[in-house]
Formats: sequence, C-alpha cells, structure tokens
Amino acid sequence: MENSKNILEVRNLKINFNTYAGKVQAIRDVSFDLQKGETLAIVGESGSGKSVTTRSIMGLNAPNADIAGGTIMFKDQDLLKKTRKQMDEIRGRDIAEIFQDPMTSLDPTMKIGKQIAEPLVIHKGMKREKAMAQALEMMKLVGIENAEKRINDYPHQFSGGMRQRIVIAIALVNYPEILIADEPTTALDVTIQAQILDLMKELQTKTNTSIIFITHDLGVVAGMADRVAVMYAGKIVEYGTVDEIFYNPKHPYTWGLLNSMPTMDTSGTELPSIPGTPPDLLNPPKGDAFAARNKYALKIDTEQEPPFFKVSDTHYAATWLLDPHAPKVTPPDQIIERQKHFAKLTHETIHSNRGKHIEEEEQL
Amino acid sequence: MAKYLAKRIFYIILTLFIVTTVTFFLMKFMPGTPLTNQAKLSPSQIHQIYKQYGLDKPLWQQYLSYLAGVVHGNFGTSFQFSDQPVSYLIGSRLGPSLTIGGEAMVVGVIIGIIVGSIGAVKQDTWVDTATTIISILGVSIPSFVLAVLLQYYLGLKLRLFPIADWGGFMYTVLPTLALAASPFAETARFMRTEMVDVLSSDYIELAKAKGLNKVGIIYHHALRNSLIPIVTIVGPLAVNIMTGSMVVENIFSIPGIGEQFVKSILTNDYPTIMGLAIVYCAMLCVVLLITDILYGLIDPRIRINK
Repeated sequence: MENSKNILEVRNLKINFNTYAGKVQAIRDVSFDLQKGETLAIVGESGSGKSVTTRSIMGLNAPNADIAGGTIMFKDQDLLKKTRKQMDEIRGRDIAEIFQDPMTSLDPTMKIGKQIAEPLVIHKGMKREKAMAQALEMMKLVGIENAEKRINDYPHQFSGGMRQRIVIAIALVNYPEILIADEPTTALDVTIQAQILDLMKELQTKTNTSIIFITHDLGVVAGMADRVAVMYAGKIVEYGTVDEIFYNPKHPYTWGLLNSMPTMDTSGTELPSIPGTPPDLLNPPKGDAFAARNKYALKIDTEQEPPFFKVSDTHYAATWLLDPHAPKVTPPDQIIERQKHFAKLTHETIHSNRGKHIEEEEQL
Repeated sequence: MAKYLAKRIFYIILTLFIVTTVTFFLMKFMPGTPLTNQAKLSPSQIHQIYKQYGLDKPLWQQYLSYLAGVVHGNFGTSFQFSDQPVSYLIGSRLGPSLTIGGEAMVVGVIIGIIVGSIGAVKQDTWVDTATTIISILGVSIPSFVLAVLLQYYLGLKLRLFPIADWGGFMYTVLPTLALAASPFAETARFMRTEMVDVLSSDYIELAKAKGLNKVGIIYHHALRNSLIPIVTIVGPLAVNIMTGSMVVENIFSIPGIGEQFVKSILTNDYPTIMGLAIVYCAMLCVVLLITDILYGLIDPRIRINK
C-alpha cells in the first residue's frame, strides 16, 4: 500500500475518549491512504468513528480525546506529533474541512466576503483588498451569482445551498491539498445535494484536491467517490474501489448497508435494515464487533478478530467469511444481483486493468 | 434609519406623556402635604399657601396647567428650595449623577465582558471558578455595603481616594466602583454563559478549521456573537444603576439627583418629584433606544432596513 502517490497515510490510529463512564475506544486501529486527486469515501453509521478519524487529521479532536497510538503521515510529517500552533498553520492551508450544516457553520455577524478572505489573510498575510479580490474570484468559482454585490452580504441573506457554496469557497480559497467533507450534503434538500456534489467534483478536477468524503449515505458515495472505506465500531471493515464495494461487497456489514439503500427496484417492498445496535465501545466485544448483528456470523467471529483478507490489489475485507476454511454462505439476493452486475462490469472492461477481478467473480 | 428614529422618538414622547400622567395622579394620593410645619399654621394661612402654588384648584386643573407648563419647558418651582426652578435644580444636579452612573456602566460592562470571556475560554479550570465566584459576589453584595467597604479600605486606610464629597475625577472613583459591581457581575455571568455557547458552535469549529489561532477566534468571531445577549441586559442594568445611585450618592455625599429624588418624595415636593420622574423616564427611554441601535450594529440579522 506504500505509494508515492499517497498524500496522506493513516496507520494504526487508535483514539480513546476519557469519559465519566470510562474509556470509550472510538477508533480501534484504523489505517488507510489517500491518494493525490482522489476521493475517498468513509462510510458508516453514526458513532462508527468516521468524524473522529477526520477530526484527528485536522487536529481538532475534543480535549478528552486521547490518541493511544498510530501515525498520520502528511508530507513525511506525523500530524499527530505537531503542536497546536503548527497545526494552525496546516489547517486551512494544506487541509481544509467542509462541515455538515451550512446554516450554522458561517459566522452570522461577519460579511461573507470577509469570511472567505480570512484564510488568505491568516496563511498568506494577504492585504485586505487583495484578499477580498481573491474571495470574489472564489465566489464566482463556486457559482454565487451577482458576487460583486453579494460579497458584502451576511450569511442569513443566503439560502442553505448558497451557504454551503460559501463554506466550500472558504475551504478551497487556499487550494488545499486535502479537503475533508464531513457529510456536506446531509442538511440540504435532495435537489441542492446534487448541485453541491457536482460543484465539488468540478472543483476537484480544477484544483486536483484530494477529498475525504464522510457520509452515511451510500447513494451519495456512488457518484462521488473513487474508493470507499466502510467503518464499523471504530474500525475499517472493508475498503476498495467504488465498483468493488458496490458490486462485489464481501463484508456482511457492507451487505447490510447496501441492502438498506433504496434502489430503483425496491419500490413497494419494505426496505431491509440491519437489526440491533452498534456495540458499546466502552467494552468492545471480543472478536468481530459486527458478529452480534450478523446472521452470517461464524463461531470464530465471537472469539477472534478477523484480519484483512485480500480480495484484489485494491479491495480488502475483514471478515472470516473470506478465510479458505470458512463455509460458503449465500449473500442476500440483492447482493447477488449486484455481484452479477459486477461480473458484467468486469467483462466489459476485461482488457483494462480491472480484468484481475474476474477471478473472484467466477468463484462466486 | 431616519424614519425609524422618528418613529422611536414619537413613542418616547408618548411614553413620557403616559408616565407624567400616571405619576401626577399617583403622587397626589401620597399621604402628607408639602407643608413641613402644618400643625403651627392656621387654616387661612394654609389656604393662602395652597393658593400661591395653585394647589387649591381641582386636580384636573392642576394637571392641565402642569402639562401646559411642561410643554413650554417650565417644570415649576421647587417647594423645598423656594424660588429654585425645578429645571435648574435638576440641571445642576444631573451632572454628578450622570458622571458616576455613566462611568459605572462603562467600567462595569467592559470589565464584565473581559472577565466573562476569560472564564469561558478557561472553562472548567480554576480561573473559571475564580471568575464565577467574583461575579457571584458582585451580584450578591449590595452596592451600599460595598460603598462603605471601599470608603474604609481604599479611602480611610490606604488614603488612595477621597472618602466622600465631590470635586473632580478622583472623587468619582469610589462611587463608580461601588456602583459598577452589579453591572460588572451581571455582564460577566451572561458573557461567560454566552461565550461558552458560542465557542461550541459550528462557525467557531470552521474558524478553527481555517487555521485561526485561539486569540483570533475569540476576537474575530466569538466576541461579537456573544455580545448580542449582553445588549439585552444593558437596559435593566441602567435602571439598577439609577436606583442604586440614590443610596450611593447619599453615602458619598454626592450632590446628585438620586439624593434629591429621595428628599423630594419625603417632603412631598410635587414639582421636583414630577420633574425627576420625567427625567428618569427619559433617560431610560434613551438607554433603550441606544440598546436597540446597538443590536443592529452587532447583529446584522436584526438590522433596521434603511
């Protein structure tokens, strides 16, 4: 996985939160890479540790967060070893973040032009006029009409979608190398969601920024991400390219997630859900954390944590079902449909570099 | 803005009219008469005096003639200090009251904002606890107790400031401090709560994500947003100071209107009571107008459309 194209390498990250109830193990050994110019989606339900992971990259975890181990390498430097002052310099310049709710993430008492210009003033020591001129350019870039006039407006004078465009302008004004988008469309109308996602993709091709896209909405992931990492109970349980995760998922949790996503064919039928609730991370269960909710669980799942099994060069999943000794199980119908589609996909691109996935498809 | 101001000034005049009317009739229900040595006077003498001041006429006539006087800027003559027009009496005594009241307001609110902010930034540390204790003390110690303590320690023991009397800035320090305690404490309490709230909001998170340092975050984003509710309490605080100053002026023997107000009520000095009631009411109206304008300056969401 070591790769010169990697702009960010997270290795064996472990984060605990010290609470009155005890030590909550929010992140339990997470590793992943982010390549230059790609979009990596981190998917998982609430409390799976998606946001805690990205907060650590930003150096913005809550004061009671305890980094128990691991490294976050960015440009040959470990971000976890940086002082707050050093992180202040990196934040907003090299790594920027877009937050979930545009209605609350802008300062209500500051003109938006000034808010967009702020990172320029902080990091480049730019003079006010020059920064404002650049802020104006940025406003035009993110598609705010009548930008010359609106630069002096306050956030409450904009709609939710427009505000998220402004938040994106703030994040990208310094052309950061990494953009963390923490559920950037969750608070928006569906029609606006698509516009914002299109805008992000468009700007990514213009700026060649790498994006870490956090979401619990798999529908958004399909059109947005190059690669997907699925998180559950503070761990990554499966990761691969977007096609691999969507059409050849291996982990039962990924199956559950995909099954509970409405598709064109699900009309009229009840949408399946994953039964049960995530485990208590005060006392994480022994073995596979998903075992208790997993109808495909094996005996070993409750005893020993599954390692990552290689599915392809880009696709790994942590489930004992991939062990050569494991019994063959039949995934849910919908997943089988997806895998058929994947087989078709890979046949169509048989001469491209995706050809190597064929082998697994034929095994199914 | 001009239209808004005109409207507000119209309402202020309306308020003053209502307050004048209500006070006038309430005042007449007060027991006692303006005559201090009534027992020694014969009925004809009393009648003579009443006639001289127009007190023999029916109440509604007295009211109308008072109102007519006020419209022409004539607030009558004090009963207590004969031949002294009420407007002169108030005019000569308003200065010291406004000085210590204004100073106390400015000092109290500014220090309160600073201390409250520090408490919020250092939340859950000993600094926070210390600032909370100080502000609780400030709220609970009455200004007259504080006044006496200040007189004793800073005035008598350390001889830093004059204990009482009036005559220049040094004389204003102790009364200002005594009066400033309550606005300081209230502001600090509100500021801390509000700042804690603001510091946990999303836009502060975004400011951190921009790479702004702690001082920058407080100065550029947190302060202004925390000030919005502070403006709300400025009005009531001003009222507190007005009433508090009556006692404090007495303790420091400051020739202010607070002291005058108390005296005029005790002696049924009708024209002075009326004049002072109108002045207090006008001051409060102006403070409220200023706070409403401040709101707009601080928070663009409630800015008045031009």
